[in-house]
Order: sequence, then structure tokens, then C-alpha cells
Amino acid sequence: MEIGLGNYLTVAAILFAIGACGIFINRKNIIIILMSIELMLLSVNINLVAFSQFLGDLVGQVFAFMVLTVAAAEAAIGLAILVSFFRTRGDIAVDDANLMKN
Amino acid sequence: MTLLENVSFAVPEIFIAIATMGLLMFGVFTNGKYARELNWGAIAVLLLALYPLFFGTASQPASIFNNAFSTDGFAKFSKAVIYIGAIFSILLSGHFMEREKINRFEYPILILTSVLGMSLMVSSTDLISLYLGIELQSLSLYILASFNRDSRRSTEAGLKYFVLGALSSCLLLYGASLVYGFTGATTFPAIAEAGLTANTAGLILGLVFLISGLAFKVSAAPFHMWTPDVYEGSPTPVTAFFAAAPKFAGMALFARLMVEAFPGIIDQWQPVVIMISILSMAIGAFSAIAQTNIKRLMAYSSIGHMGYALMGVAAGTEQGISSVLIYMSIYMIMTLGTFGCILAMRRPEGMAENISDLAGLSRTQPGLAVMFTVFFFSLMGIPPLAGFFAKFYVFIAAIDAGLYPLAIAGALASAVAAYYYLSVIIKIWVSEPAPEFERQVGQSVKGIAVAASVLMVVGIFTIVPVLNTYASAAAETLFR
Repeated sequence: MEIGLGNYLTVAAILFAIGACGIFINRKNIIIILMSIELMLLSVNINLVAFSQFLGDLVGQVFAFMVLTVAAAEAAIGLAILVSFFRTRGDIAVDDANLMKN
Repeated sequence: MTLLENVSFAVPEIFIAIATMGLLMFGVFTNGKYARELNWGAIAVLLLALYPLFFGTASQPASIFNNAFSTDGFAKFSKAVIYIGAIFSILLSGHFMEREKINRFEYPILILTSVLGMSLMVSSTDLISLYLGIELQSLSLYILASFNRDSRRSTEAGLKYFVLGALSSCLLLYGASLVYGFTGATTFPAIAEAGLTANTAGLILGLVFLISGLAFKVSAAPFHMWTPDVYEGSPTPVTAFFAAAPKFAGMALFARLMVEAFPGIIDQWQPVVIMISILSMAIGAFSAIAQTNIKRLMAYSSIGHMGYALMGVAAGTEQGISSVLIYMSIYMIMTLGTFGCILAMRRPEGMAENISDLAGLSRTQPGLAVMFTVFFFSLMGIPPLAGFFAKFYVFIAAIDAGLYPLAIAGALASAVAAYYYLSVIIKIWVSEPAPEFERQVGQSVKGIAVAASVLMVVGIFTIVPVLNTYASAAAETLFR
């Protein structure tokens, strides 16, 4: 079977959906949310690289590198905020983030 | 163009970037002893950055860095407003930060990095620079939200903002990847050209994801869930900053993306923006009624106001874009002034944030009561205050574009919104007085609140005509 653009896009879409579900359905641990965000960003990268290859255009791969860099910065800041959150209440359960309504 | 020529057009951004790093180094090597001086340093940097915006090479319209960055009139106008808004946000924060003992030197640095991100956002004409601008701004804002790191509410606000903001970045990015894939381009003009012939289903799917991501950033419904919590939990001057400059930058980016990258398929995105606009106005109006916390009230008020600004974007015309710029500029002045008043709500035991704390303010502190009343009437859109003209221009733009249902929905929503603004005003003027607030709120806070309220009253002769002239000139540059 020939693996074409459609297959790559499908894989990326599935990964993206898994990541989104991980954020909304997950009720346990905030670290899992960080992992889901990372999963979504990487699914976008699959999209970009697949399109780049398909179009014969390098811009998509440049974009993918930018996304990788920003994802690293985002993870660093997310973990830093998580550490200060943990220090104020000694727990990182999702249900704990309920001091304000909503 | 050579690299040096490119750089000469981006002088404001490069200056802010280098100066920020310099201030950061200074702060680190002096162990953060000069937090107050660094606040003034940041203000000086922003003032200096305004200069190349209007004089010299960087003030000329050009498209640089392979069409990723534009210095047209639209970008110039937006940057000027953003820098000025950030200067006033820093001025608002000094006294509060010292009282709460969180006057760390990182604060002005983070404001500067987020301003740099916003500057990049409003200039970007490429999906890559758009994404990098948004991220530079958002990452700084996440940290600012959790700036009071010993407070449970502040860290919770930062965490919520981070998770939902990162989710919205993912949506935006997924949309960007689809748009790139189906048009084969990342620069806005090239997308516009390819969009006319591209596979529409894929392009529209990407467009919808892009709009969702941007709606998150400007806190438009149905992607507004983060706003009330983040507004309530963040330190109050940070909330004032959130409500001012980033909203302007997000809305300007929204307008530019729609008008420059997708002018050919306006039939596809106009209904989506109209729906977002109506939902924001409705949720802003109805959810605010039940609020008891003044910062949450301001959050729902800002959701509603984003709905009105989106009316101008939905029109998609030159007049519409000009009205968006006017609306966001006036909204920024109103909201900074209102937060100046909110910062004055301090009792010896701490900040008072409940609406009931305002009861009978007219008898204990008439000056503050009058200012609150002016701002709330202006937010409501009562003539002849400046807030009325902001609404006036977006309604005219929507009607001229033939969007009658949207204009009617907007009028109904402002009637409902008037109810909760009025109920606060009645509480201020009629109810039995609550305990007095402290009189010491800081000179700059007082000055900003007074100046903003005066501007609201005399706006018809001052800021409204001035903004109108410059905003129409700025909007014109998008349609050439």
C-alpha cells in the first residue's frame, strides 16, 4: 500500500484529537495536561512536515523547527508555573484548581 | 534587501529586545535591589521606542524579512497604542506591587517582552511570524498572571491561563498548518492569492481553527472560559494590563489576518465572525449580571466589548477596520481608568474586590464615586462620553456592510449590559455606605484615573476626532 499525504494527515488528526481529549477528559493530574499539549504540538509538526514534503516547499519544515523551539519554551514555563502552584497547596490534582468559580 | 536594510526597518522591536536584555542583566547583577528604578527604565525604553516609529527609516512602510514583517500605517498605529497602553499599565502597578511586597524587578521586564511579542503580532504578515509573536506575548503573560507566586489564587490563575492558552495556540497552529498545506504559502498576500483557487474544504477547516485560536486570545465567546478566573486571580495591575494592550494586539492581528490573508473568501469567514461576535456580546451581557466580584464583572464586560469590536472585523471593510482600531483604543483608555479606580479600593486589611464594597461610595469618597460613574456610563455607551463614539463607529460600519441582524443583536446586548452597569452605579449612589477605603493609592494611579475620566467626558472634542483621523489612515493601508 502506498502511504500518501492523506495517511499522514489522518495520523496527525488522531494525535491532535487524543491530545484535546487528554486536556478535557483528564481529571487527575496536571502533568498529563502538559503531556497532552506537547502531543498536540507534535501532531501539528507531522502535518507541517507532511505538507512540506508533498508540496516540495521547505517553509513547512522551517515552521516545524520554530514550533519545536517554542514547544520547549512553553514546557519550561508550564512546569515553572506548576512548581509554584504545587508550593502553594502541596498537590497538583486537576480538581484542586477550583479556588475560583467555574 | 540585505539583512542590514531589513533590520533598519525593525528598529523599534530590536531596540526593545536589546534594552530588555540589558535591563534584565542589570536587575540580575544588582540582585533586584532597584525594582522601582527598573519600572522607570522600562517606561523610558517604551518612550524611546516610540521615536523610531514616527521618525527615520523605520517609519517608512515596507515589507521586510521575506514578507514576514510589515511596517505599514496599520502596524504603526497599533504599536503606538500598545506602547502607550503598556506605559500606563506600568505606572498603575508601582504602588500596588510595593504594598503587596511583590515589587520584583522581573515585572517590567516581562511587560517589555510581552510588548515585544505584541509589536511583532501587529506587524506580522506571515503565519510563522504571527505564531512567534503570539507565543512571545502569551508566554510572558502566563508568568505575569502567576506573578504573586505565594498566593494560591494567583498561581491558579497562571496555571489555568497557561493550560487554556497553550490549547488555543495548538488550535491556531493546527489551523495554520492546514492553511499552509492547502495554499502552499505562509505569507498573507500569497495565501490570499492561492485562496481563490485552492481546495476550499481544507482551507476553510484551517481557517476555522485559526479563528478559534485567535478568539481564545482576545477572549471572545465561546472561547472565553479562562477570562473571569484569570482576571480574578491575577494581581490587579496585571489584570489591568491584560485588559488593555494584549486585547488591542489580538484584535489588530485578527483584523489584519482576515482582511489581508482571506479577502477572497469573506463569504466563508464572515458568518463565523458574526456568530462569535453575537455570542460574546450575549455572554458578556447576561453572565455579568450575577457577578459579585468587580474584577470578574470587568472580565465579562471585556468579553462583551470584544463582541462589539468583532462587529467591525465582521464588516471586513476599510470602515470596519478603522472602527475596530477606534473601539479598541477607547476601550483601552476606559479600562485602564476603571482599573485605576479598582486599585483605589483598598482597606487596611487588604484589597476590597466585591461590588458590595462600593456601596454608598458617593458619601464617603465622592470623587472616586464620580469617576466610577463616568467609566461605567462610558463602558455602557451613553452619549456624549467617549465610549458611545466607540460603539457608534462599529455600528455604522456593520450597518454599511449590510449586517443588520448583527447590529440589532448588538443594540439588544448593550441594553442588557446597561442593567448590570447601572446596578453598580445605583449601589454607589443609593446604598448605605460600606467602610471607607484608604486614601493612599499612589500618585500615578490617581493621575491616570482622573485623566482617563476627563478624557471620557471631553472625548468628543479630543480623542475621538484625533483617533478617527489616524485610524482611518491606518486602516486604509491594509486595503492598498
